[in-house]
Amino acid sequence: MVKITINNKEYQAEEGCSILEVALHNGIEISHLCYHENLSVYGGCRLCLVEVTRNGKKKLTTSCTYPVADGIVVETNTPRVKRARRLMMELLLAMAPESPRLQAYARELGVNTSRFKLDGDGCIRCGLCVRVCDELVGANALAFANKGDKKTVVPPFEEPENCIGCGACAFICPTDCIGIEESGDERKIKRWNKTVKMKQCTICGRLFIPYAQIEYALQKAGGALPKEWFEKCPDCR
Amino acid sequence: MGRLKTMAELEKLQAEILKKRNPETSCVTVCLGTGCQAYNSRAVYDAFVKEINTRNLTEKIHLKGTGCHGFCEQGPVVVIFPSEIFYRRVKPEDVPRIITDTVLGGKLIDELLYQDPVSGQKYSRESEIPFYRHQRRSLLGQNMLIDPGDIDDYIALGGYQNFAKALSKMTPEEVIEEVKKANLRGRGGAGFPAGVKWETTSNAPGDKKYVIVNADEGDPGAYMDRSLLEGNPHLILEGLAIGAYAIGADEGYVYVRQEYPLAVKNLSVALQQAEKYGLLGENILGSGFNFKVHIKRGAGAFVSGESSALVSAIEGRVGEPRPKHINTAVKGLRDRPTNLNNVETWANVPLIIAEGAESYKQIGSANNSGTKIFSLVGKVNNSGLVEVPMGITLREIIYDIGGGIPGGKKFKAVQTGGPSGGCIPATYIDTPVDFDHLTELGSMMGSGGMIVMDEDTCMVDVARYFMQFLKEESCGKCTACREGTKRMYAILEGITRGEGSEKDIELLEDLAWGATNASLCALGATAANPVLSTLKYFRDEYEAHIKDKKCPAKVCKALIKYTIDQTICNGCGRCQKLCPENAITGELKSPMTIDTERCVRCGICYDACRYGAINIT
Repeated sequence: MVKITINNKEYQAEEGCSILEVALHNGIEISHLCYHENLSVYGGCRLCLVEVTRNGKKKLTTSCTYPVADGIVVETNTPRVKRARRLMMELLLAMAPESPRLQAYARELGVNTSRFKLDGDGCIRCGLCVRVCDELVGANALAFANKGDKKTVVPPFEEPENCIGCGACAFICPTDCIGIEESGDERKIKRWNKTVKMKQCTICGRLFIPYAQIEYALQKAGGALPKEWFEKCPDCR
Repeated sequence: MGRLKTMAELEKLQAEILKKRNPETSCVTVCLGTGCQAYNSRAVYDAFVKEINTRNLTEKIHLKGTGCHGFCEQGPVVVIFPSEIFYRRVKPEDVPRIITDTVLGGKLIDELLYQDPVSGQKYSRESEIPFYRHQRRSLLGQNMLIDPGDIDDYIALGGYQNFAKALSKMTPEEVIEEVKKANLRGRGGAGFPAGVKWETTSNAPGDKKYVIVNADEGDPGAYMDRSLLEGNPHLILEGLAIGAYAIGADEGYVYVRQEYPLAVKNLSVALQQAEKYGLLGENILGSGFNFKVHIKRGAGAFVSGESSALVSAIEGRVGEPRPKHINTAVKGLRDRPTNLNNVETWANVPLIIAEGAESYKQIGSANNSGTKIFSLVGKVNNSGLVEVPMGITLREIIYDIGGGIPGGKKFKAVQTGGPSGGCIPATYIDTPVDFDHLTELGSMMGSGGMIVMDEDTCMVDVARYFMQFLKEESCGKCTACREGTKRMYAILEGITRGEGSEKDIELLEDLAWGATNASLCALGATAANPVLSTLKYFRDEYEAHIKDKKCPAKVCKALIKYTIDQTICNGCGRCQKLCPENAITGELKSPMTIDTERCVRCGICYDACRYGAINIT
């Protein structure tokens, strides 16, 4: 355990944790977008910036990537932190002006409008969808393509071959820019242009899981799941 | 000779090579660096091979294809030893005459000599030419003596003996101490003391350590590292091997971009030859030290030069920077302690071991020891690669070596440090060129790009150009850099199109602050430099674009107008004939006019007019 100071108050923290984790654990709110507790850290959105003083040197850094160390002093609300976060928010808001979550964060930071032309496609390049698909689902159906201002998230070669239609990407997306549409026995993941057929629960009749996901799950379980497991939905199981 | 088993065998090999070579034999060197090859120097080389063979002169004339000599704009370059006669713009058809008249006859061929564009004087010896005379070529000097495809050339000059000296006469700690004392600062840009970095890696816990050559040279127009790798690959390998011994690494990587095919080729050959002699591999020279080097070809992204991105790329992942709260020196490649230095930094290492830190430090200025290679380009008479002791002034580089500004134009600014460097205005021309002074001025040393600009350069347009490069070459991972450079570019583009508004400067400053303070890596943190330095020194130009809708340098097309002075124009019709848009109207022999609606501001009429009747306003 190490001792760190956040906003003039001392906290015990487990080594290996990030500042953001310690802060959230202790009820200190630091707005963040690309961080998720179950995924690897990315450090891309730059919203969770804090000032850290270590060995007498003060620097602005992202709290999600910074591993705690004994004696560091963290400030989450200095003028420099606020200035940087507001600017990041303005930049992000211009990419996804319609997003309720971004709008809420913006209000919290005192950002009413963005000074920049609203020209985004809704995606803020936070990479949560890429990571969830790779690290939790394991389907690895998404990737970043290109670099710089052309950087984008796409299924490799824009062929959503590995996509099993589970919808985890759409669920985790902070700006709701992926979109799921269900009609009849089909589910469409709009952003990747992937349509999958849904399986009906033999008990209640609800369409509850894509066939592609059943196939993937059974294969991944390697015999640990009985074949008829997906005959019933989780509620009827 | 096969594998060398002892230090003594290396010395013996050198003696044997030298014995076979008669210093009196004429040696013709043809530059086969990428620059000269673009001028077809390969054909010149082939013509020499053919001529020497058909005239049975192989005993009398030794022919050598070398790496870059630095004076690329004069290519193809041929230098004839021992008299060191320098011929430029040599064509294959000149070859028989060069052999008959100069090599065998001892006569100079006047039209192949270099003529100084400033004084008009002709020079015959390479070292007398002002471009070379004011340089100090501690590293590049060997390029013109060495066939990079022949390790014996390098060994003849004492090559690998500094490595042997370190292995046999120095402990790893002593090597590190020497490099620390020499105060060798990283030539890749940041100028971090290499010895300190080595020490950190050496002290980092773990048995397995790596050393890496960063040869991902990405600045547009810069080719210092390429020329060293192409021309003298063994120098880099020797430096790397000394470092590996000092740090305790048994494996090394050269990360070189795929766009440098000749560097990759020469390096691969060098690696094989060094391994064959046992200068790399297992139990080197009987010392018990093992060191294996791999070449890793990169896809050539600017950002991959950043150390953590480069490490990711070697690991086979996307070359994107990672947050660096733990140093690469402690946890780098495959999470092992890794020491990464730039090509030129490694090239300095054998020199330090050879002459010792004290002697090495005699070159350069306080806290900036040694030489630095720059690629001197832009509006300067002599462009090419120049190597100078650090601390030399910008004036000396631009005027003494570069020969000043062509066409009698006024020097306006020099851009140093690559795309994320800054523009230094003419008032600071007497600034010493070293890490500290350039940073003080808001620019940086970077890896050594130096672009000279004259009065016809628009500084807003320059900032726009570099920002376009940076927005495309940003890895795109973090908001501060990706969105920051994108938005800065959009604003700059707007200003050059005459669509700038009063708020733009404030917005630019805010975005620049954000990129500098909130970016994930050093590339983002320096990405705003082109904007910040031009705003600092040329704010009036921004204001002229925004407020008066004028481009003072008359570059930004949307803000200029071509007109014909009716009192001068005699209606010769030359401009009318050449205008691609048929925008010039009027009768022959009477003053013409330009239809500004049609005019695309290409400037052809301006260049064509013999009477100076075309005005740009």
